[in-house]
Amino acid sequence: MMETIGPALVAICLLIGAIFTLVAGIGLLKLNDSMTRLHAPTKVGTVGVGAMLLASMIHSFVLGHESYHELLIMAFLFVTAPISANFIAKVQLHKRNCDAPPLPPRDDTWSTYDVPEFDRHHEELEEFSEPKAN
Amino acid sequence: MSEMPAFLEYTLIFTFVVVALSQIMAMIRLVIGPDTGDRILALDTMVVNAIGLIVLLGIAQGIQIYFEVSLIIAMLGFVSTVAYARFVLRGDIIE
Repeated sequence: MMETIGPALVAICLLIGAIFTLVAGIGLLKLNDSMTRLHAPTKVGTVGVGAMLLASMIHSFVLGHESYHELLIMAFLFVTAPISANFIAKVQLHKRNCDAPPLPPRDDTWSTYDVPEFDRHHEELEEFSEPKAN
Repeated sequence: MSEMPAFLEYTLIFTFVVVALSQIMAMIRLVIGPDTGDRILALDTMVVNAIGLIVLLGIAQGIQIYFEVSLIIAMLGFVSTVAYARFVLRGDIIE
């Protein structure tokens, strides 16, 4: 059973992974806005590599030495991809590469743009000391 | 390639070519990327594609050793992406 249907399952998973990875590369290259470009590789590319890892796991079952190690890499990639995407989105926001988000309804500003109390004190000091230096 | 059906070999070669193409596209974006965020994103994508290439190599040779390599590359890639982004955001990595 496994000898006949196993290689076909491996080939199907490899094809799914290849198509998803190709879509991620094209999206990263061809989209024309930096925030839009963020969407393509962080989601699609992760699914593509996940399908390839699934193919590797099925292939180990076909060869006869079972291994579940690939689940570890899959879980790690699926957990860390949104975190790195969030960090890159924060970089884009701070570099003002995209439209600024509308102001929040209650507070002064979003917490990403907010300056901590300590740094705000230092900024005031610098502003205060500038006329003296001149 | 050890005792593999012919269609699986062809699928494997196709997948190698496609992942390498995606890697080249990410490299082009790394070179022409108009800003720092795009370059960090291209590096992150290249790390993920490198993991895919190593997994494909493991399937093609039927060896289990490549698992450790791809796990270590996954961890280092995440840490380096966060370090780059944090350096751009705060001007420092460890405060």
